[in-house]
Amino acid sequence: MARMLQVLPQQRGSRHGLSGSAVYRWLWLRDLILGGSFLFLLCALLVLAASRWAAPLTPVVAISLSPLALPLYAGYSLLRMLLAYGLALLFTLLYGHVAATNRQAERVLIPLLDLLQSIPILSFLPAVVLALVAAFPQSNIGLELASILLIFTSQAWNMTFSFYHSVLTLPRDLVDVCRLLRLRPWQRFLKLELAASIIGLVWNSMMSWAGGWFFLMASEQFSLGNRSFQLPGLGSYLQLAANRGDPRALTLGLLTLIGLIVFLDTCLWRPLVAWAERFKLEEQAETTPPHSLVLDLLRASPALHWLRQHLGTPLWEALAQLLTRLQPPEGRPTLTSGLERAHHERSRSWLQRGGTILILGWLGLLAIGICWQGGQLLLHVPPATWGRLVLAAGATWLRTLAALAIGTLWTIPVGVAIGLSPRWSRRLQPLVQIVASIPATALFPVLLVLLMALPGSLSLAAILLMLLGTQWYVLFNVIAGAMAIPRDLLEAAALFGVTGWRRWRTVILPAIFPYLVTGLITASGGAWNASIVSELVQFHGETLRTFGLGAEIAAAAGAGNYPVLLAGTLLMAALVVLLNRLVWRRLYHLAERRYRLA
Amino acid sequence: MAQRQTSETDGAVILEAQRITHLYQGRGEQGRRGHAPVVLEEVSLQIRAGELVALLGPSGSGKSTLLRILAGLIRPTQGEVRVHGQPLRGPTPSCALVFQSFALFPWLTVLQNVELGLEALGLPRLQRLKRALAIIDMIGLDGFEEAYPKELSGGMRQRVGFARALAVEPELLLLDEPFSALDVLTAANLRRELLQLWYQAKIPTRAMLLVTHNIDEAVSMADRLLILGADPGHLRAEVQGLPRGQREPHSPAYTHLVDLLYRLMTSPDEDGAALLAAEEPAFVQRGQPRPTRPYQTLPHVAPADMIGLLELVQARGGRADLAELGRELQLELDELLPLVDAADLLQLACPEEGDLVLTAVGRLLAEADVQEEKRLFRQQALARIALLRRIAEDLAAAPGHRVDEERYLERLREHFSEGEAEAQLQTIIDWGRYAEIFTYQEEAGVFALETDEETEEQPTEAAGDTWRRNIR
Repeated sequence: MARMLQVLPQQRGSRHGLSGSAVYRWLWLRDLILGGSFLFLLCALLVLAASRWAAPLTPVVAISLSPLALPLYAGYSLLRMLLAYGLALLFTLLYGHVAATNRQAERVLIPLLDLLQSIPILSFLPAVVLALVAAFPQSNIGLELASILLIFTSQAWNMTFSFYHSVLTLPRDLVDVCRLLRLRPWQRFLKLELAASIIGLVWNSMMSWAGGWFFLMASEQFSLGNRSFQLPGLGSYLQLAANRGDPRALTLGLLTLIGLIVFLDTCLWRPLVAWAERFKLEEQAETTPPHSLVLDLLRASPALHWLRQHLGTPLWEALAQLLTRLQPPEGRPTLTSGLERAHHERSRSWLQRGGTILILGWLGLLAIGICWQGGQLLLHVPPATWGRLVLAAGATWLRTLAALAIGTLWTIPVGVAIGLSPRWSRRLQPLVQIVASIPATALFPVLLVLLMALPGSLSLAAILLMLLGTQWYVLFNVIAGAMAIPRDLLEAAALFGVTGWRRWRTVILPAIFPYLVTGLITASGGAWNASIVSELVQFHGETLRTFGLGAEIAAAAGAGNYPVLLAGTLLMAALVVLLNRLVWRRLYHLAERRYRLA
Repeated sequence: MAQRQTSETDGAVILEAQRITHLYQGRGEQGRRGHAPVVLEEVSLQIRAGELVALLGPSGSGKSTLLRILAGLIRPTQGEVRVHGQPLRGPTPSCALVFQSFALFPWLTVLQNVELGLEALGLPRLQRLKRALAIIDMIGLDGFEEAYPKELSGGMRQRVGFARALAVEPELLLLDEPFSALDVLTAANLRRELLQLWYQAKIPTRAMLLVTHNIDEAVSMADRLLILGADPGHLRAEVQGLPRGQREPHSPAYTHLVDLLYRLMTSPDEDGAALLAAEEPAFVQRGQPRPTRPYQTLPHVAPADMIGLLELVQARGGRADLAELGRELQLELDELLPLVDAADLLQLACPEEGDLVLTAVGRLLAEADVQEEKRLFRQQALARIALLRRIAEDLAAAPGHRVDEERYLERLREHFSEGEAEAQLQTIIDWGRYAEIFTYQEEAGVFALETDEETEEQPTEAAGDTWRRNIR
């Protein structure tokens, strides 16, 4: 690659009829201007954010609806998202690595992750906010951290699962190579575990960011009992605009959000996807590998190349040497006799076992403590409330089913039409991706104006809101499934005159079934999670709610009614886990066994 | 450069395996059953400086497992591996392994792949680069340093595999079927170049152990050949290789040794050492008699493939030389042997002194039309395969003429590892279906009799049953 970097500028120069060195100088100038302005903006944002973080605690910040305030709000929100994502990434690598490499830890960590994944974001609210605001009573840091942690809870879990699965399914030969060459643990982590899981991580990161935007409003403005909190940010801005019913501010806020998402897509995710292409494990090349203009620019940039050569490589080399020294190779020949070595090994294994027992014991005590406290809280929930919660859960379940059914009904024909036509899939896929990444929550206020006029009010509107949040998973998967149908199969069907409904029944539906199930699984989880923001909505200064478990949880969190919040959360988590086990996992296995086109 | 003089070496022992016994242990399977299947039994071997040893054996003889034990990747259940007299406790820098699948990191360039082992040694960058480039140059990869593995052909990829293994300057190079994923010409080319480097002592390697399925490859390369037997893996015989001057194909000594090895490999039940001693006392070193087979093991072949082989032999008058057949069909041992084994098991043909000879039934079958072919196959299968007979009997007796596969799988698991038990059942299913002894419903995991009057009497029940199982 180094060679390509040097050659590229000159090639361009000759094409434009300029001398090589002039173009080279121009490229340097462009790099300096672009890089400099990027660094300047970043520093400015950091300084502003730091001054806000260090300022005395102000639970409710007055939000200005002026368009001039928007860039700063967008910057604040972006910074929170970035920090939360960094945290989620760190968590993913640590948690996933431990779960995949330590058999004992795996038994606890993976079910726990399954549980965490099914807990709705607002249920984390009291614990996170109360603890952090209490920890930093003098400044805004606690509040900001709480917001970041809330975003984190909407980003981390799917990434962790993805990483864990990649590490668990590493090719055996490559693992053997690492052991044979006696790679140090850090080398193995970097060159094998991380590298093999990058593609999954990138795609899941994109999903995580979509999840983060979805809950942006909920994580920047919340109330807890009689205390309410509001942080400056795009989410608060949109929420205020909706409450005031200010169409101009609402439109501007939405445009800013969309602009931000499109910007991130072109400048971060697309380059990442194109770059991650090299980490594919299968050796056959794809017909049209993903491509990114921004990545090409970065690769051709002389400034970056210079930085890499003079700063990156030596620094990295020094770091690698340091890491290598910190992790000496195992089994270095020592001059101990066999007996001594055996003794050594035994004492070390005792030490290890002791440590494990200590940690497990501590964790066990913690778990017992939490269960005890939780049990105490649950005792405060009267039976009548339990009954109401169960009924509410039923209502929400029916809503998620309706949302999934509607989503499936419209996405199958549309997705198949797009997927089967190469021309349309090329044209529409980027568009669909952008549309899908606009968080539905931001559209709620606009939609509510229309929906409230319909009969059934929020009860039906909530279904549509869930649908908005989840249909895209199904659509993406249906498109992917349709694109994966082998041409031979379609041609054979055409030759034998299999058309119309018969064609759907015998060719298309079975072929896309595994993809459809994958999409529905994600959509189902998403619909439950979306219920807490779609069954209870702030609009035009009033609170609209309908009967459902999401509304119960949101209301309990807002009122600081912890027993009901806990009961509702447990109920939802149990239902989601149960549905996954009883319905979705079975459907998935059926799909894998019978309909997977190998 | 010093030439390596002769194949008769009395060099120092580099690696020694002492009475290696290994039991299969799947993930999370410890302690589930009392007796885990035995993969290797009492295997002892030595590798000395200056020699290239070939390890030959049919599938199921635990060749790969043995190689991984010697590399320190697997700890044997019993026995010990010693490198220079020191017990082996995990991978050591003095052994390197070349993989059949190449096992390259697709996200690293050729240079980075080769540098990998040097990085782990903690060498500084410039030194690393120098050594890696030198080895890349030597192995014929010059100009490909910045290429990614997916841009290379199979032969070039395996060169990277060799370069990576040689870069750490191992004393012992372990080769796990390194040429079998390559096409014939590429494999021959790479083989010759490796031998040149080795003969001219251009590589610091002092000994090599080559696992292979290919008898020609073994005879043309090895100074010594170890023959493994299967079920469980054991050392059957040890044969001295040809002197280097006589390793030309078509030379009498070469043809003779190849024939001998084919004969040895196609008579798995005979005492290898005794057979060789009678034939060629000079070659034989030692060996173990085969332990008695614990359970009938089916070779995993499709009936149609085996019948194809029979027809070919029939076309040559009912008798054909196995070495010739293998070369002509370009089948390596792991493909040819199971076919011969299956024909032998069904008493359709038997190996005789390196030839395959059809039996009377075998001749009939080779000449028959499709229906007759199936009838004869069924007749032989029912007569010879205990498990097939059992299933047929159970089906006749069972209500509704349906039997769950789990019953047989449970039985097989007592004798085989989890994966092999399933493979055995799959072969039983293939053979039974071909012979029309039963039908098998994959999703329900049920054997059923071929549809006839009896089952048609209760179609609703059967259909309902299937339906219930499907939604289960």
